[in-house]
Amino acid sequence: MTDKNTPLWEVFIRTRNGMAHRHVGSVHAADATMALQNARDVYTRRGEGLSVWVVRSSEITASDPSEKGMMFEPADSKIYRHPTFYDVPDDVGHM
Amino acid sequence: MAETPLFALTLRLADNALILGHRLSEWCGHAPMLEEDLALANMGLDLVGQARSFYDYATKLEGKGRDEDALAYRRDAIDFRNVLLVEQPNGDFAATIVRQLLYAAFAEPYFAALSRAKDEMLAAIAAKAVKEMAYHVRHTAEWTIRLGDGTEESHQRAQSALDDLWPFTGELFETDDAERGLIADGVTVDPAPLRAVWNRTLDPIIAEATLARPADGWMQSGGRAGRHSEHLGHLLADLQFLQRAYPGATW
Repeated sequence: MTDKNTPLWEVFIRTRNGMAHRHVGSVHAADATMALQNARDVYTRRGEGLSVWVVRSSEITASDPSEKGMMFEPADSKIYRHPTFYDVPDDVGHM
Repeated sequence: MAETPLFALTLRLADNALILGHRLSEWCGHAPMLEEDLALANMGLDLVGQARSFYDYATKLEGKGRDEDALAYRRDAIDFRNVLLVEQPNGDFAATIVRQLLYAAFAEPYFAALSRAKDEMLAAIAAKAVKEMAYHVRHTAEWTIRLGDGTEESHQRAQSALDDLWPFTGELFETDDAERGLIADGVTVDPAPLRAVWNRTLDPIIAEATLARPADGWMQSGGRAGRHSEHLGHLLADLQFLQRAYPGATW
């Protein structure tokens, strides 16, 4: 039987040189080539991108929302992990 | 109306782009999926942008005070000089895709050559348009391959589209005496030799799509001289309605 549901793809766009690709949304497409074109047509209409990645949504392994207590709450109490206790010299500039 | 050859040429390029751009705009809100709705609108906007540049240049060449709106909205069908291919109805999705492929596979090498021609304004517009047309080729080629090599129904629809539209492709490579004068002077480019490039683009796509290339038989002609199919008048009724009902209306 033919699968009539067009697969979903997640779209990542790099806006400028030196930046990382960022997730911007998703598109439907039958295969990777068309997914890339659809991503271009849907998400780069206003000059947003220099590079586009697409990946099948089903290929993404995601954390389970019901486990967010175990996964993320332990980090909440470790304030010392934030680099806020250092004086950054002015000469360092953007960090 | 006494027209200079350069004005006539620029008007043809403008009309091709406007009419095909309008055809694609008719898909807005009707495409099979949202992604393709945007893709067709994007290609339509590429073409309307090209049309505006060519019309703007045409008004300067003419120098009679007509603006681009006058050329786009206040000429009758007989004054339009687009090739018959671009005014053919959208039909089904396959017909729209194949029509776009047949045109873009010509327009890309044509604009590439025109961008190196002597007329600086045409060359500049062509240099911008060639990248747009390259994407139109890419996108419609991928769809043609998937439709042709897809289901039994999509194959049959793509083949019908190719068969129905093929007789309109001969006109893409036509020239007249006035245009040949410009070609001889290097002001513009001769479309005839581009047929080989067009074939080299299309043949592998048609083959991969498992479609049969139609024979080069009798070709339709006349749009470039203002002799149009019955479809153009209906298209213009839609395109020109606002300026006809409310002349000079602005946003």
